[in-house]
Amino acid sequence: MASDVKPRVKVPKQAAAGEVITIKTLISHKMESGQRKDKEGNAIPRSIINRFTCDFNGENVIEVTLEPAISTNPYFEFEAIVPEAGEFTFTWYDDDGSVYDTSKKITIG
Amino acid sequence: MKKLTGAILATLLTSTVVSADPVDDNLVLNEETPIVTRTAAPAHVADALDEVLSGWLFRGTETRAMQADDFDNPGMIFVEQAMENWETAEGTEGKSCSSCHNDIDSMAGVKPTYPKWDEKAGEVQTLQMQMNECRTERMGAEAWGYDKTPAINMEAALSSVSRGMPINVAIDGPAQSAWELGKEMYYTRTGQLELSCANCHEESYGMMIRADHLSQGQINGFPVYRLKNTKLNGSHSRFKGCIRDTRAETYNPGSPEFIALELYVASRGNGLSVEGPSIRN
Amino acid sequence: MELTRRSAIILGAGALFAAGLPKQGSAATSEELISAFTGGAEIGAGDIELTAPEIAENGNTVPIAVSSGSAAEILVLAMGNPTPNVATFKFGKLAGSRAASTRIRLAGTQDVVAIAKLDDGSFVQASSTVKVTIGGCGG
Repeated sequence: MASDVKPRVKVPKQAAAGEVITIKTLISHKMESGQRKDKEGNAIPRSIINRFTCDFNGENVIEVTLEPAISTNPYFEFEAIVPEAGEFTFTWYDDDGSVYDTSKKITIG
Repeated sequence: MKKLTGAILATLLTSTVVSADPVDDNLVLNEETPIVTRTAAPAHVADALDEVLSGWLFRGTETRAMQADDFDNPGMIFVEQAMENWETAEGTEGKSCSSCHNDIDSMAGVKPTYPKWDEKAGEVQTLQMQMNECRTERMGAEAWGYDKTPAINMEAALSSVSRGMPINVAIDGPAQSAWELGKEMYYTRTGQLELSCANCHEESYGMMIRADHLSQGQINGFPVYRLKNTKLNGSHSRFKGCIRDTRAETYNPGSPEFIALELYVASRGNGLSVEGPSIRN
Repeated sequence: MELTRRSAIILGAGALFAAGLPKQGSAATSEELISAFTGGAEIGAGDIELTAPEIAENGNTVPIAVSSGSAAEILVLAMGNPTPNVATFKFGKLAGSRAASTRIRLAGTQDVVAIAKLDDGSFVQASSTVKVTIGGCGG
C-alpha cells in the first residue's frame, strides 16, 4: 500500500527555548481494517499503519501503536517540548513493511 | 395508492417532531477566511425559502471544527495531490495545467460561476467538463472519468482557491433551458418512495431523518469529504446516491440530467460562499 | 474422533453457547488486552480524562482525546468493536503533555475506555459512551 501515502505535519516554525508546542500529523492511508469483505464475500486482508513515532534531535516525543480502529487518514495531535533548535522527525510504519517519514526544522526565537 | 405512500412518508417525516434547528455558529477558515453560511435566499427561490443555509450549519460540533482548519480537514490532502497534478505535464503536448494557467491561486473566481454556458461547445458545462476540454483539446491528454479521483481532486483544488467567494451561477440567457430542466427535476416526485428533492430539502430541512440532520441540500460545499466513506465526493455522485435512495431509477455522473440539476441546485445557493472541500457525514 | 450423537450434541450446544454470548465485543479479548497492559493490577479512577462526542456524526471517523497529568502510557479500547484495541500512546522524554487526540472507528453505540499507566506505576481508567447512529435514507 505504498501508493498515494502522503504524510503531512504541522509544526510551528519557531519557539522559545523550553516552550511546549502543538504538533498535528496526518497521513493519507486507507487503513484497511481486515473487517471488510469484497464482492465475492472474501475478507479483504488487513493493511494498516501500525506504528507512529515522533522524535526531536534523536529524543522521543511520542510513540503510538495503531490498530485497525484508527480511522482512514490517521490523524494525531500532541504536544512537544522544544529545548533547543533542531529537527522533528516523524515516522509511520506500514503492515506491508513500508516506512514513511518526514521531518520539520524548528528555530529558537 | 401511490398518493397514499407519499402521504405516509410525509407524515413519517413530519410526525417525528425532533426538529433540530441549524446551529448558530460562524465559519472562519484558518482564522482568516470568513465563509458565508447563511444569507438571504436568491430571488428565484425566495417564495419557497427565506434564507439559504450551508450544510455546515447542520453538522455536529466536531465535524464543523474539523472543517475550520486546513490541516484538520482531510479533504485538503486530496487538494494537495491535485495541486501537484496541476504542475505535472501530461499528454502529447507536454503541457501541464500551469503551462497556460500559471499559479492555481489565479483560478480564484472560476468555481463560483460553474456550471455555466460554454458558447463554443454550445452547452452548459460543469467544471469537470471544462477541465476535460482543456485536457483533450489543449494538452492532448485523456479525459478524466467523471467524479473519479483525479477529476474530483482537481475540482476540490479549484474550489479551495475560491473559498469565501459567493456562488454566482447564471440562470438566464443560454443556460436557461438547462436551468428549467434542473428545476423540474428538483420538484418532481420519483421512485418507490415518491420523493422529490424538495420534499426533504425544501419542506423538511432542519428535521431529523432517522438520526441525520436534514440540510437544505446546498452544494456550495462540494466536493465533500464524507466521513462515511473518507474520501472526496462530487455533486453528481451525491445526486445519484440520493435518487437511488428514494428507490428511483437514477442517472450517471456527467449525464445531461445531472448537469442540469447541478446548475439548478447551485443556483439555489447563490450568495453562499464556496466552501469546498467541506466535511459532511 | 468419531462423531457420535453425544459429541455432535455437545459440539452443537457449544456453537449455540458461543453464538449466544453478548455481541458487545468479545469480552474475553478486551479483558486479555487490559490484563496484558496492567499485569493484572487494580485499576482505579483519577488522573485520566477521555473526551469523546456523545453522538458520533459518523462511526467511521470519531474524534477522541485522552489527557492525563502523569500518564506514561495510555491504552484506548472500543469495547463494542469486533476487535476492541484502538491505540496505545506512549509518551517520551520530550512529550509536552501526557495528552493526544486522534480519530477512530466505532462499529456501533458502545463504551470507549482509556486506561492510563501513571508514572508512579498505578493504573486509572475513564470511559465514555458514544452513540453511533444510522442516518438519512441510508445513502
